[in-house]
Amino acid sequence: MAVLGLVPDPEIPAVSVVDLGIVRGLFTGGDGALKVRLTPTYTGCPATQLIERSVREALDAAGFRDVAIETVLAPAWSTDMISEAGREKLRAYGIAPPPRGAASRSLRGGDAVECPRCGSADTREVSRFGSTPCKALWQCNACHEPFDRFKCH
Amino acid sequence: MNQPADALFQYLLRLGDDSLILGQRLTEWCGHAPTIEVDLSLSNLALDLIGQATLLLDYAGEVEDKGRDADRLAFHRDAEQFTNCLLVEQPNGDFAQTMARQFFFSCYSELMFAELETSADPRLAEIAAKAVKEVRYHADLAADWVIRLGDGTDESRRRMIEGLDWFWRFVDEMFAMDAAENALVQRGVAVDRAAIREAFDQRIAATLAQAGLEVQASGWPLSGGREGRHGEELSRLLAEMQVLPRAHPEAVW
Ligand SMILES: [Zn+2]
Repeated sequence: MAVLGLVPDPEIPAVSVVDLGIVRGLFTGGDGALKVRLTPTYTGCPATQLIERSVREALDAAGFRDVAIETVLAPAWSTDMISEAGREKLRAYGIAPPPRGAASRSLRGGDAVECPRCGSADTREVSRFGSTPCKALWQCNACHEPFDRFKCH
Repeated sequence: MNQPADALFQYLLRLGDDSLILGQRLTEWCGHAPTIEVDLSLSNLALDLIGQATLLLDYAGEVEDKGRDADRLAFHRDAEQFTNCLLVEQPNGDFAQTMARQFFFSCYSELMFAELETSADPRLAEIAAKAVKEVRYHADLAADWVIRLGDGTDESRRRMIEGLDWFWRFVDEMFAMDAAENALVQRGVAVDRAAIREAFDQRIAATLAQAGLEVQASGWPLSGGREGRHGEELSRLLAEMQVLPRAHPEAVW
């Protein structure tokens, strides 16, 4: 897990695949092989294959020769799987993290979104879809900074 | 092939083809949308739909058990072997027409996948649970545009009405059932499309009311897509989508 904690997400390199909750588990099989369970964030996320390769490379470099990667869909990935450390790293990187428990609430809920630059809650959604499937475009009304917000999902 | 497996294969093909063909249609907007935000939105929708199609068609291939995967099914079938509904293969038209099509399809698809989350087929339930979260965003986005254009200028309103009028004729087909699907419903695997129609009509009516538009089911209902009877527009779409894998069948990145 410590090795994978250093594997960056290809689209948001400030956070690791462990921070994002993409790594769902590590197991040692009866045959001594290391099994890694990964889950995709979005079905069409183009980073999924890249993540698999990065995970394999990182484990290989750390001396794990016998690695099996398994992709699981259930339970479906949600933004609640992003760790506390991951949330802080996103904020520091300039991306507003999704609020906790967001996945169970309505997507149209009127949560206050804080500007990652000045902290103001006076912000607005510019576009529901941003530069990657997992982000929406927002702008701060106080400091006018445009920023990405991790979509509640 | 045993009958239940064949029925499941056909069902997964229908769901997968709907997502695939609409996803491919939406990619035609890439670089042509009215604003950069809309361009990104439509590309994201296309990506989600193609991702869903990949999961559904891969599973279809496994059920069929003839060694076909999602790529094989997407790139090496001809138009008459596609079982998507006619709505998704229609040309994009103008932006209002694209949004009318998306509005009808995503509202239907959200209801469909929400029901499939509790399918007796665990793999299908898993895929649906993943897809419904994405499709919910699509339906919201399309509804926002129906309202914005419908409640906008005279021109945007006229175009929105024309778009909705054109696509109404393809709505009934999305809810049509046949014997094979009824058998799957009996086994708890598939969704009774007729049973979700009321919720669909309500959602459409609520959004149109917000847009200041009237619900006016118009046009002679068209169908045939599920049996492989398509318009020539699908052939053109497939020609573009399939040309590379057909020219170089074993090519890999
Ligand atoms: Zn600010």
